[in-house]
Amino acid sequence: MTPSRPLGLIAAFAALAVLYALPAIAPRALVQDLFGVLTLLVLALNWNTLAGFAGLVSVGQQAFVGIGAYAMFAAIILMDLNPLVGVLIGGLAAAAFALPMAFFAFRLNGAYFAIGTWVVADIARLGISQWKALGGGTGTSLPKGTAKDMAFVDRIKAALDVSSAAAADALTYWLMLTLAVAMLVAGHVFLRSRMGLGLQAIRDNETAARSVGVDPVRLKALVFLLTAFGTGLCGALAFIQITRVTPDAAFSVIDWTAFVIFITVIGGIGTLPGPIVGAVIFYALQRLLADYGTIYLIVLGCLGIAVMLFARRGLWGVFTGRTGIDLLPLTHRPPKSAAPQPQASRRTA
Amino acid sequence: MSALLQIAGLTAHYGDFQALFGVDLTLQDGETLAVIGANGAGKTTLMRAITGIAKVTAGTVTLAGEDITRLPAPEILTRGIAMVPEGRRLFPSLTVEENLLIGAHARKGNGHWTLEKVQALFPILKERRHNPGTALSGGQQQMVAIGRALMSNPRVLLCDELSLGLVPVVIKEIYAAFPRIKASGTSIIVVEQDIGQALRVADHVHCMMEGRITLSGRPAELSRSAIHDAYFGVSHA
Repeated sequence: MTPSRPLGLIAAFAALAVLYALPAIAPRALVQDLFGVLTLLVLALNWNTLAGFAGLVSVGQQAFVGIGAYAMFAAIILMDLNPLVGVLIGGLAAAAFALPMAFFAFRLNGAYFAIGTWVVADIARLGISQWKALGGGTGTSLPKGTAKDMAFVDRIKAALDVSSAAAADALTYWLMLTLAVAMLVAGHVFLRSRMGLGLQAIRDNETAARSVGVDPVRLKALVFLLTAFGTGLCGALAFIQITRVTPDAAFSVIDWTAFVIFITVIGGIGTLPGPIVGAVIFYALQRLLADYGTIYLIVLGCLGIAVMLFARRGLWGVFTGRTGIDLLPLTHRPPKSAAPQPQASRRTA
Repeated sequence: MSALLQIAGLTAHYGDFQALFGVDLTLQDGETLAVIGANGAGKTTLMRAITGIAKVTAGTVTLAGEDITRLPAPEILTRGIAMVPEGRRLFPSLTVEENLLIGAHARKGNGHWTLEKVQALFPILKERRHNPGTALSGGQQQMVAIGRALMSNPRVLLCDELSLGLVPVVIKEIYAAFPRIKASGTSIIVVEQDIGQALRVADHVHCMMEGRITLSGRPAELSRSAIHDAYFGVSHA
């Protein structure tokens, strides 16, 4: 462990403690803002795993956000379930949708895969807009008071001495923050595992990876399913706070995929801290340029192009390259035993 | 010795082009076998067909009595056939050590070859273990590729054009490791254009031309003119 690592870990834990404490000490508007940033961070972490590590450049992630959101609405409105159960159902529904989507999309490569995922997402949007029970093309809203009736809201309200709405915001914020931390930790553990090593080999050279026993289709399908689950959970949670869903909003390619790609690319695609750096920059730009209307989007676009041209590994990649500091290295070490002896049950290929 | 790998009437294509025409070949347990031939003779397609990468259209590949002809490549590797591909094909984003570790991906249980033993076979790989695999010299990269294949603990090691692009002193250094690989119980098939090198390491030599075996025998039994004829397809005057 380099001397910078313990310091980095202490700083990370301190930042995390502040983030968790925020609903108790910061205005509600900031909590809501950060909820939006965390939503994009979770989506970026998932997209980064998919595109940056598995080489699956999907432009159809909005399908999982939309399916997750609509499944959550269906669970609450049609089945009268608890919203938090609805969020879990949202994740599972997105993973279930990923199965047939992978069946079609995995027959495509490169640019065709990207376009194919986009097309499937749009078909999902059109399909959902036919679901009359959830408002069809005009969408629907959560029943009044749904967010306020969630489990733990009363306790948070009493503990923080805030309104029910602010307590609901705090709960969804904490859930999204926990989801982001879980994604980061799970991503780190996964990428440092044998499967993660296989995934990096596939990204480098799929044919050579196959020749050393890595099964690219199975491994990519697993990553596709897991990231669909994570994206679906995130979508469902995001729309609990929004409280209203329409096909256009839930399946928006700009909101749920384009911004996410921007965050990942400027932060550093194929690195774990990259999406965090990208999300912080995105939020800072959003705040700085909030009063300038569309200029904000032009600046985002120019920055994205500049990073792609002059810092292809993203800002975190540049920082790591210049300083040698990597807070979440993905280097694999041999097992402590004399020989690497993977068990048959752990095999992915 | 018993037949470890039996290839019978193997026919395979390279894209739309038929590259193998009913190839027969037998590798005995503990043997080193060389397949020589000019460019386009079908040597690499033969290796790819054995390892399940090229599609076999007729014939059989049998490993220790089990028909493995149409098994997927990862399954064939699991059963004990590993290949050192032409051009090494190391993973550029992985370090030397990670390139070796990924070789154990399909491995089941214990075996002779461990990271330590591979590093003992090629000590430079331990020195350079944290370097990116592709930052090494061509010869060192070839050592990584051999080590990576050994990490799967193969019963049969297929080496495709090890000498390609390497200077003679490096080729000699790499082939010097073969007796130790063989002593570990791994049988070897070497595909080479370098006839002299092939004759030095092999117990048996097969010459290929236009997708067919045109000459077979022990190195000592084969005359230079017979090899020349079988290799180039012209009569040696």
